[in-house]
Amino acid sequence: MKIQIIIDGHMVQVDNGTSVLQASRKAGIDIPTLCYHEALKPYGSCRLCMVEIVQNKQRRLVTSCNFPAETGMEVFTDTDSVKQVRKHVVELLLARCPEVPMIQTMARRMGIEKTGFKKIESKECILCGLCVRFCEEAVGAAAIGLSNRGTEREVTTPFKSSSDTCIGCGSCTYICPTGCIEMIPDEKTPGMRNMNIGRLSLESCPNDYKCTDCDIEQQFIKDIKNVISQFRNKDKTQ
Amino acid sequence: MPLITDILGLEALQEEILANRNKDKTILRTCISTGCKAQKSLKVVEALKAAIKEHGLQGKVEIIKTGCHGFCEMGPIMVVEPENIFYRKVKPEDVGEILSTLNGSGGVVERLLWKDPDTKELATHERELPLYSKQNKNVTYRSGKIDPADIEDYIASGGYSALGRALDSMKPTEVINAVIASGLRGRGGGGFSTGVKWKICSNAPGEMKYIVANGDEGDPGAFMDRSLMEGDPHSIVEGMVIGAYAVGASQGFIYVREEYPIAIEHFSIAIKKAEEYGLLGNNIMGSGFNFSVQINRGAGAFVCGEETSLMISIEGKSGTPRSRPPYPAIEGLWGRPTVINNVETLGNVPLIISKGADEYAAVGTEGSKGTKVFSLVGKVQNTGLIEVEMGTTLREIIFGIGGGIRNGRSFKAVQTGGPSGGCIPITKIDMPVDYDSLREAGAIMGSGGMIVMDETSCMVDVARYFIDFLMYESCGKCVPCREGLKQMHHILENICEGNGEEEDIKTLTGLARFMSTASLCGLGSTAPNPVLSTIRHFRHEYESHIHDRKCRAGVCKNLFEYIIDPEICNGCGLCRVKCPEKIVSGEKKKPHSIDSLKCIKCGICFNSCKFNAIVVK
Amino acid sequence: MNMDFQAINVILEKYRYRHSDIIGILQDAQALENYLPEEALRYISKKMEISLTRIFDIVTFYKAFSLVPRGKYTVRVCCGTACHLGGAPQNLDKLNRLLQIKDGETTDDRIFSLETVNCLGACALAPVVAVDEDYHEAVNAGKIEKMLSAYQEEE
Repeated sequence: MKIQIIIDGHMVQVDNGTSVLQASRKAGIDIPTLCYHEALKPYGSCRLCMVEIVQNKQRRLVTSCNFPAETGMEVFTDTDSVKQVRKHVVELLLARCPEVPMIQTMARRMGIEKTGFKKIESKECILCGLCVRFCEEAVGAAAIGLSNRGTEREVTTPFKSSSDTCIGCGSCTYICPTGCIEMIPDEKTPGMRNMNIGRLSLESCPNDYKCTDCDIEQQFIKDIKNVISQFRNKDKTQ
Repeated sequence: MPLITDILGLEALQEEILANRNKDKTILRTCISTGCKAQKSLKVVEALKAAIKEHGLQGKVEIIKTGCHGFCEMGPIMVVEPENIFYRKVKPEDVGEILSTLNGSGGVVERLLWKDPDTKELATHERELPLYSKQNKNVTYRSGKIDPADIEDYIASGGYSALGRALDSMKPTEVINAVIASGLRGRGGGGFSTGVKWKICSNAPGEMKYIVANGDEGDPGAFMDRSLMEGDPHSIVEGMVIGAYAVGASQGFIYVREEYPIAIEHFSIAIKKAEEYGLLGNNIMGSGFNFSVQINRGAGAFVCGEETSLMISIEGKSGTPRSRPPYPAIEGLWGRPTVINNVETLGNVPLIISKGADEYAAVGTEGSKGTKVFSLVGKVQNTGLIEVEMGTTLREIIFGIGGGIRNGRSFKAVQTGGPSGGCIPITKIDMPVDYDSLREAGAIMGSGGMIVMDETSCMVDVARYFIDFLMYESCGKCVPCREGLKQMHHILENICEGNGEEEDIKTLTGLARFMSTASLCGLGSTAPNPVLSTIRHFRHEYESHIHDRKCRAGVCKNLFEYIIDPEICNGCGLCRVKCPEKIVSGEKKKPHSIDSLKCIKCGICFNSCKFNAIVVK
Repeated sequence: MNMDFQAINVILEKYRYRHSDIIGILQDAQALENYLPEEALRYISKKMEISLTRIFDIVTFYKAFSLVPRGKYTVRVCCGTACHLGGAPQNLDKLNRLLQIKDGETTDDRIFSLETVNCLGACALAPVVAVDEDYHEAVNAGKIEKMLSAYQEEE
């Protein structure tokens, strides 16, 4: 079933289940995001992608990344209210992470000279959750996660100790928008690389990424083959 | 154990229970709920049991351990039936005297009777106390009368007959229509039409559906749900089963915060008993309808009172809310249609089915039907739980039932709706209490907390208190709530410490607007309410803190001093004796003085002085 | 320390290893030692096949859980609205001074742990300070020393 919505005056036709953000991108309209990634379920935490929608004669602001497009909906991506929300989000992030270049650049691009809020702290992580979500949803290792609550919420490994389940794939470092997770060489064991969040180091690949010789890789392939054959057998018996 | 297999069986059992009850017995209804238990009511029960045995009164005098009567500050409470004599602050030592009055002489123990603080009149009967006489007890009718651990008490008073009626002679859609027609709105704070929510769930596609009872009552200052869950758990279970039948749910969850251990215990007992009697589980009352329930304990997170967060908690994860749509009634627990109702809402359901929607809707206002339970606490004479008709005015509640402000002080504001609500000043004291009027006044009904304040409450401190609370309870997922609360906290702390700045009110208001539109869930979007309502009605206090560096209410420690007025002080020395830091000096019968530099502002002297000689400067 | 893994197994059996009941499982496990040792969490993670990451998120998110040993008595200062207005901050202040510990800490002799809690539901008795299951009503800074001494005497 096709959905027809109007975004900033442009009519767009999309499949059922498409989000307003995805529909906008199809129409070539850019909505800024921080915590969104196509490979992951939408999270809705940064609020940067908020847009104004009119639906059933009601006008309100919603996050476009996880709001389903529906026929008859009108979307406005650049109104004053929308700009105000974006400005506040970026100013608050600037107050949280005043030294992070990516946030400074984003602010400058939006015409924000400086934040109207007090710089109470100086963090590097914006808690977009991309690293954690990618590790769990896409990689399946769940080596890093979120802990604590509210203003104390942070990304760590369990008990802030070396992880048993990190496979050193580097996805978290790749996906982190602020660059606060890096992959660095481990001085103690040359040839190995570590995932570093701030001053935390996680386990990494013991075979220096030589996958063809790797027994972990062999086991992994065996396990996958097992799962697939079990699945196929189940199909046959049903 | 009689297994009830149809509505006739239930009626027969009710008759049997009533017939077997010895009407000549004296019954001592003694409260063992949280408030009274804290004041050692269990020791009173022990003493009673021993005394009854000693005097050979078994068979003539019976103790019923009841749930909450609502007048917790007067605990331990005991009501003697059938005379309906209300005793308060009963101690184990009083037991002998109480029993001795039961010899038919009609005597009472006067010193245990409640005395009106203004008229000084003694009230003998429960119904004479203004706290009770002016209430309209519907949902809370049984709490304080029955033994919540005894299902037969519940059945004897008509319990489960509404369920019987629904299963026996109503279709699920008829049940839903009755609840819609009754006008029942969510009692947890949302105020959404319960019947409509049930209808949406019922119509949602899917075989497997759920119903959840929200007993998370996180609003500080509110204990209505606690009282109902402890005192009449079966009413909630019955409401749940009726709801499950209406929407087609086969599994239910009762989510109770872990800070309410007695409520958890009473629910466990209630569920077990209901299953034994065939009122829960498989083939309920022989109808073929199956529904089972499990209890989930909260683990110390206020945010889990929010619907999506509650569901995620039941699924076994940390309670971070998610966006809506999808709405829980269509896509809830594990993606299946789920109804979430507050426990007080569910407690109303059997009443609607028994009385009929029309009779239920005859009470209340146009937009707010029925009654609501409020926790009236703070600076009123009579604090406790009260159930009143929707539309009762604030004046009737605070001055009529509450008896006005205690200690001769004057009304300043009443805070309703907890951290999502607002403060209402004296200018609106005659407003009706209903969902829509409260919203217009800048507050909300919320779960029913009503906190009365006098001139010793600082409204800036109240705003700071709520922001602190929410900052601690915020899940931390979204930027507006997490970062916004952090900034608000910082600004309000500075103001309360005397470091406020000119633009603070403007910054707070701007942040408030942002948080209310951009936050992911209700916690963040309603967090600005206490700040906005105190700025709206008490702006002068903010300005006084910021410009004059003065807290005239005497709360913000850096912004006031305690001074002993030498004209009034008669040198009685009470403050000097009570001061924990020993910094009050003075000779007998001569005016005393406080060493301001060492004063820690604990307030003991201020609250102890019988002559009002200590003032805030 | 000697972790009673058998007792944990009993708990896991009771809940039939259901993932959705992990919070209830952790609450029951905590009741064994009055806190949750790291070993217990690693054990539960392994037996239930739930990632340790998810468990760590849960035990740090919900404030009912403690990862550090608690005192013999837990002193909880209720900071609900009615209690706050009634003087809870002064009570907390007094307890800070008397016990020389802050919210969330335990005394060196491991007798008292201090916590603040957001509303115990006994608002009519404000301000309330609870020591384990004993709720003390209308507490003010002057009453606190006497209140604590009753527990200290038992030592």
